[in-house]
Amino acid sequence: MYFSPEESSQVSEAAARSSNGAALKLRGLEKSFGARRVLRDIDLDIRPGQFVAIVGRSGCGKSTLLRLLASLDEASGGSMQIDGQRGDIRMMFQDSRLLPWKHVIDNVTLGLAPAHRRHAQEVLDRVGLGDRARDWPSRLSGGQRQRIALARALVHSPRLLLLDEPLGALDALTRIEMQQLIESLWLEQGFTAILVTHDVQEAVALADRVLLIEDGAIALDLDIRLARPRERASTGFSACEARILSRVLSSPARDDEAAVPEPVFSNFTRISWAI
Amino acid sequence: MTHAIPSPQAGAAARAAKRLLPWSLPIVLIIVWQLAAQSGWLSSRVLPAPLDVVKAFWTLTASGELFRHVAVSARRALAGFAIGGALGLLLGLATGSWRRAELLLDTTVQMIRNIPPLALIPLVILWFGIDETAKLFLVALGVFFPVYINTFHGIRSVDAGLIEMGRSYGLRGWSLYRDIILPGALPSILVGVRFSLGFMWVILIVAETISAQEGIGYMTMNAREFLMTDVVLVGILLYALLGKLADQLARGLERRWLSWHPNYSSR
Repeated sequence: MYFSPEESSQVSEAAARSSNGAALKLRGLEKSFGARRVLRDIDLDIRPGQFVAIVGRSGCGKSTLLRLLASLDEASGGSMQIDGQRGDIRMMFQDSRLLPWKHVIDNVTLGLAPAHRRHAQEVLDRVGLGDRARDWPSRLSGGQRQRIALARALVHSPRLLLLDEPLGALDALTRIEMQQLIESLWLEQGFTAILVTHDVQEAVALADRVLLIEDGAIALDLDIRLARPRERASTGFSACEARILSRVLSSPARDDEAAVPEPVFSNFTRISWAI
Repeated sequence: MTHAIPSPQAGAAARAAKRLLPWSLPIVLIIVWQLAAQSGWLSSRVLPAPLDVVKAFWTLTASGELFRHVAVSARRALAGFAIGGALGLLLGLATGSWRRAELLLDTTVQMIRNIPPLALIPLVILWFGIDETAKLFLVALGVFFPVYINTFHGIRSVDAGLIEMGRSYGLRGWSLYRDIILPGALPSILVGVRFSLGFMWVILIVAETISAQEGIGYMTMNAREFLMTDVVLVGILLYALLGKLADQLARGLERRWLSWHPNYSSR
């Protein structure tokens, strides 16, 4: 329902990507809380318009990385370059963080001049909740709240959208619906997206590239070259998922070799996954 | 599972019963009281019969005396509430929002809070004499603390996640205050307002019995001198009514301003 199956050509899509999405360049990024190093030596380049998923065990530092990118926390060391301005970055939180005292439409226009109401209504229509504009958030379901939160982020036409486990609290069916909605909006608008999730299947379903963070460092960097829309039942899909999962599970929670990149990985990305 | 669908009449009857139920106990008590007084079992020196109270009420209303006393008392109560409430709100907002203001003021306020306002009466009489200022001061002082404490607490308990979200969406300074901090603190502030509206009458009753030439407190004290128990009761009932009215007003504000809140929404 929310997914538009029409496929634009690869070329024009790529062109839209580079103009609407922000590029990221992280060098030696570090974050410590007191004596505890949560992130260490993160080097990362992200192309404009790329959809990157970050997976890892809880407490591995993946959410911290996202908070650094959103300037919610300050890095302890290293450099971070995001082309574009502050206002180009929008964050979507796990708990929707809607203001309960504002109607849905006023939540979406938060921080915008009243002139943007019409545009906000269009975005609400796009996430399928145009008819709930005058409702209080407390009258919506969890999935609907996340759709409003998504609309609130997208109304700013961000060039970088950060998603911090936005679907973690939703039931399985609503999750899939939301994944399709996020994917179609991403295809339409061409922003760069970084999704933190603990659900490997979700990561493979949405992302061009999956990063695994272990003990505060990138342990795996995997390109997912499956055609969209992705079939969860396909062998390629399952293989990707199985590979990431086994890598996550292979190391116990505390493991120092996590900092060393996997040798197999370079071969792996050359295999193209056709459905 | 099946549910019987109530007929419209049955629904209306159920609604009426629901409305009347809270009043059934007072009504029964009044009937028993009237019977006890009529049979002579209850002396009118202890409690006059309800009908005598109604008669006294009527006489006082007809002479315009009642209205004059109520107007004077209400003016005192509201003026004191306005002064004390506004100060409590402003100081609560200040200490809630700025750590420095909290460090400077909060200890002092908490110390003064533990002095019952009524214990200050001798001092207040020395300061302000026995005229209006003394009564206003006492009411304002009594009303100040519930508003102050609940405002402070309300601001401090605003969801930090919402503030973080607001900042990341570009809200700064006043817009952050207007869109997130104040509405987030409002439920708590209104609890303070409601509490202080009740306290307002308590303080005023005592203040008016010390020394006054008009007002409900004066009316009852005067009636006591002449053993007019029916007028005393009229005064007491007036306080109850006015207290209920003030509470209703606070609840109205809650329903209006907190309609977003599932606990307060009337829908």
